[in-house]
Amino acid sequence: MSGWRHPDLGTEIDRSKPLTAKVDWTKIHGFHGDTLASALLASGPRTIARSFKYHRPRGLYGMGAEEPNALFDITRDGTTIPNERATLTPLTDGLKARAVNASPTAERDRARWLDLLHRAIPAGFYYKTFMAGGWHLYEPRIRAMAGLGRLDPNTNPPADTPARSATCDLLVIGAGPAGLAAAKAAAEQERAVWLIEDGTSLGGALRWRGGEIDGADWTDFARATETAILNSDGRILTNTTAWGAFDHSLIAAWQRGPDHDVHWRIRPADTILATGAVERPLWPAQNDLPGVMSAEAAHHYLTLYGAVAGRRILIATGSDASYATAAAFAATGAKVTLADARDATPAAPDGVRVLSRQTLRAVHGKTETWGATLNDQFHSADAVLVSGGFTPSVHLHCQSGGKLDWNAEKDALVPRPGTSHMKVIGAANGTFGLGPALAEGATAAGGLAPDTPDGTNWRWHPARPDIDASGRIWIDLQNDVTLKDVKLAAREGFTSVEHLKRYTTLGMATDQGRTSNFPGLAAMADATRRSIPETGTTTFRPPVRPVPLSVIAGRRRGDLFNPLKRLPLEDAHRAQGAVFREYGGWLRPSAYGKDEAAAIQAEAEAARDTVAIYDASPLGKLDIIGPGAPALLDFAFYNRLSTLKPGRARYAFLLRESGIVFDDGVVLRPSENRFIVSASSSHVDAVRLLLEDPRQGRFDPSQVAIHDVTQAWTTLTVTGPRAPELLAAVGIDVDLPHMGVAETTWGDAPLRIARISFTGDRSYELSVPLRQGPTLHTRLDVALGAVDGRWIGLEAVMILRAEKGYIVIGKDTDGLTMPHDLGWGGPRDTREDEYLGKSSLFTEAAMAADRRQLVGLSTTNVVSTGAHLVPLDGPRRSLGFVTSSYQSPNLRRPIALALLEGGAAMQGAEIGVFHNGAVQRARVTKACAFDPEGERL
Amino acid sequence: MQTFPCPFCGPRDETEFHFAVEADHPRPENTPSDVEWAAYLYTVDAPQGPAREIWLHIPCGEYFVMSRNTRTRDVTGSEALR
Repeated sequence: MSGWRHPDLGTEIDRSKPLTAKVDWTKIHGFHGDTLASALLASGPRTIARSFKYHRPRGLYGMGAEEPNALFDITRDGTTIPNERATLTPLTDGLKARAVNASPTAERDRARWLDLLHRAIPAGFYYKTFMAGGWHLYEPRIRAMAGLGRLDPNTNPPADTPARSATCDLLVIGAGPAGLAAAKAAAEQERAVWLIEDGTSLGGALRWRGGEIDGADWTDFARATETAILNSDGRILTNTTAWGAFDHSLIAAWQRGPDHDVHWRIRPADTILATGAVERPLWPAQNDLPGVMSAEAAHHYLTLYGAVAGRRILIATGSDASYATAAAFAATGAKVTLADARDATPAAPDGVRVLSRQTLRAVHGKTETWGATLNDQFHSADAVLVSGGFTPSVHLHCQSGGKLDWNAEKDALVPRPGTSHMKVIGAANGTFGLGPALAEGATAAGGLAPDTPDGTNWRWHPARPDIDASGRIWIDLQNDVTLKDVKLAAREGFTSVEHLKRYTTLGMATDQGRTSNFPGLAAMADATRRSIPETGTTTFRPPVRPVPLSVIAGRRRGDLFNPLKRLPLEDAHRAQGAVFREYGGWLRPSAYGKDEAAAIQAEAEAARDTVAIYDASPLGKLDIIGPGAPALLDFAFYNRLSTLKPGRARYAFLLRESGIVFDDGVVLRPSENRFIVSASSSHVDAVRLLLEDPRQGRFDPSQVAIHDVTQAWTTLTVTGPRAPELLAAVGIDVDLPHMGVAETTWGDAPLRIARISFTGDRSYELSVPLRQGPTLHTRLDVALGAVDGRWIGLEAVMILRAEKGYIVIGKDTDGLTMPHDLGWGGPRDTREDEYLGKSSLFTEAAMAADRRQLVGLSTTNVVSTGAHLVPLDGPRRSLGFVTSSYQSPNLRRPIALALLEGGAAMQGAEIGVFHNGAVQRARVTKACAFDPEGERL
Repeated sequence: MQTFPCPFCGPRDETEFHFAVEADHPRPENTPSDVEWAAYLYTVDAPQGPAREIWLHIPCGEYFVMSRNTRTRDVTGSEALR
C-alpha cells in the first residue's frame, strides 16, 4: 500500500462529493472529478492489472491513451464496455471494474505461474510450437488464457451516437499551450476556429505544471482564448478525441458527452496539430514492476487529484523538466531523491536530494517496488518515477501521409514540414517548453508570441535501452515484449521495423506503441548497428486510440442499418392479415393468413379460378419523355421499341455492354413521345442510371428526359378469369387488347390501365396517384367478395409466373445469361443497328452451343432451388442448376425452372438433380408448363 | 472520405458518387473485332497520377468528367459532359 491521497491538493476533484466504485469486487473511494486511475492510485493497491502474456503483476504507468497496463471491463448503468483504460475512465458512483487478463482478480490471478515459464516462451513461441495437427486444436485454450476483456453478451450498448458534420476555417487539435496560442491568434483574426481537446479541460500540461503567460496566471490566457474563439463563431469541444485523419483533410472526432456521445466529421480549411508528446520510460531490469511510473503522469495525478504515488520517491531522469516534479513531490512531505543522468545538474529544489551521473540499472520488488539500483548502489524507494525524454504524438500527421525526420538535437522523430496538410506545433513538433511552444503556436496562426517568464530547458540526456544489460527488461508493457524478444527478432532476421512489429507484436497493442515504438526501434537499431533513421518507423493508422464501434456505427443499426422501402398501403394489407417479407429492398406481403404455406397454395389456386389482386406498386415506373425517346430506347434496349404503337406495351430486355441480361420488363407507350419503363422493383434506380448513361453520353439530352415516378403511384394488379367482372363492378372500363395501355380517369383521378400479365392469366395493372390508392384498394376489396376473389401475396405470384416460365432476373438468370439463352434470340438475329451489348452477343463464347439455357423440369418431388443438374451416367459434373422450384397447385405437380448446359436442345431428356448427396431424376421440359398457347391472356 | 465537385451541385461527399468509366475511351461500333471489343470492355489504364475519369453524381443523376490525381487524390477539375 503506497499511493495516498493528499489532504489538500487536487484541482479537479470535489471533496464534497465522495464516490464509491468496485474494482475486482473491492470497494474503492474517490471524489467527483476523479478518473478511475487517480482513485486507484490514491487508494493504494499496487497490483491493479496483469500483463498480457506472462501474467506479471502490473500497476499504473501513465495518464492517458498511452497507459499500457490499467485496462478494465467497465460496467456502468448496466452496460459493460470492455478494455477501457482506467486513465480515460471518469469515476462514477457505483461503477464496477474488472481487470482484464486476470481471473479471479488481478492480485490473485490464477495464471500467474505462467511467468515462471518465461524462458520457454519467447517471441514467436506460439508460431513455432503449435503447428502439429493445426492451430485450431490449441487455439481455444490459448485464447482463453490470452486475452483482454470479456464481452458481455447481455450488453447492448445504446445506438444513440449521432453523426454530425461540420466545417470551419481552422481546426486546432490539442489545447495545450501551443494549441491555445494558435487558436487565440487565429480567433483574434476573426477566423472560425474549432478547438478540440482530448482531456476534460483546456491547458494540457499547464494544468499540472502551471505557468505565467502575459503577466498573469495561465488560466487567464485560457479564458481569453475561449472568449476569442466563441466571439469569432468558433467552437470548443473537450472530452473529444480526433481519432482519424482521412482524405481531403477530413478529421473524425469522438466527443464523449455526459448523456450521449457525438461522432464528428470535421472538414476544416486548415488544420493545426498540437497533440503534445508522451513521456518515454527508462529500461532498467524489472522495469514493469508496480510502482514504476512515468514522472510526468505522477506529477499530473499529484496536482489534479491529490493522488500521490508514494512516500519514498526516486525520480530517474535526464532533463531539467523533472525538477519541477521533484519539487512538487517534496512539498507533499514525501522523501524525494532525484537521479540525474547528466554531469551538470541544476540546483536541487528544496527537500530534494539530487544525484548526478546516475544510471537506473534495476528496480527491485515482487508485487511492488521496494528499491532500485542506481549505478551499483541500492536505494530504497516505494515509487520509481522515470523520464527518458518525450516522443511527439504525430499520429494524425502520419495518417494524412506526413513523413518524419530524425532530429538528433531534439532526440526525436519530428514531422517533416509540407508532407501533410497540417501544421504541427509544440511538443508534437519536438518544440518543448512553455515559451517556445507558445511562440510556435501563435506564429503558426499568424499571431504574436505571448510572453512567459518560464525558461525551463527541456532538452534531455538521450536514453536508450542497453542491449547488453542483464535482467528482464520490458520494451512493450501492454503486449509483454522484452528486450530479449527484440534481440531474438534481430538474430532471426526480422530486422525491418514492420517485421519486428509482426514477429514480436511490439507496438501492436491498443496503446498503439506510444511508450514502446521508440525504444523498440532504438534497440533494433542498436542490435543491427544501424542508425534510427536507417531503421525506419512503422505506419500510423486510425484510430488514434480505441473508439467503440457503436460510436462509428452511430444510429445505423437495426431497422436503420439498411432501411426498407414501405408500401403506402401497408396498413391496409396488415389489416387483411398480410405477412410481410423483404423483396429487393421493399417490405411486401408474402401471403395473407397465419398459415403462410397453406395460404400461398390457396392464393395461387384462387388466382387461376376466379380473380386475385396484388400490390404491384414497387414495379418501376420510369417516364421517358420527349422526341428523342424512341432513339434512346432503341439503343438502350435489346428489343426495338421505336416500332411500338402508341397505346401498346412490349416485353423487352436491357443488357449490359457485356451482353448479360441486366433487367427485363414491359415498356409502355401511352403516347407518341412518352414511354414508361416498368423496371423490376429492386432495379429501378440502377435502370434509371443505365438509361441516363446513353441519354447524356450519346444522345442530345435536351430531346429526352428520364423521370422516375415509381413512388408517386399506387399500382394494384387484378388478375384472373373474372378480372373484367371485378373491374366492371368498380366502374373501370376494360376494353383493351392484350398488351394494350390506356390513360383515363376514374372519378376525378387519373388512372392508367395496362393489360399486361406476369401471371399468365388476363391481368390489368391499375395505377393511380398515391392519394387515390386507399380508395382504389377499398373499392376493389368491397367488390372482391361478389366474384369470389382474394388478395394474394408475392409468393403466390412467384408460383403463377413460374408455371408460365416467366423469369425473375437474378433468380432465373445469373452473371452469364444472355437473352438468347432465355429463348429470345430474335432481335440478335434481325437488328442491324447499334444497341447496348450488341457486340458481346456475337463472340465465340456467346455463340457456343453448350451455354446454360433456360428449361423447365418435370420431377416427382419438389426439388431444391440451387441443386445442381448432373448427367445420369458418366462422370458427375455440374451441367447447371435449379433456379426456381415450387409445388404448383394448378398443375398439381412440382414445377421447376433451371439453367442447363445446351438445355434448348435437350427437350424430353432425362437428367439428374443432385442435392445433399442424392440424385433425383427429372425430365427436361419447356420453361412454360401452364397454358403454353397463352389462351388465358 | 473525399469531397468531389459535381459541376451541377458543387462539392459533395464521396459516398454520393459512382465511378463510371475512364474518359476518352470511345465505344467501338460497326462490328468491331473481338479484340477491339474486349479491349473496350475490360482494359483500363488505371494510371497512377493524373487521370481523367467519368463519374456519376447519384442524387442528380448527371455524369461528368473529373480530372484528379489518383496518387495524391487532388481533384484538379470537373466539367459537364457537354
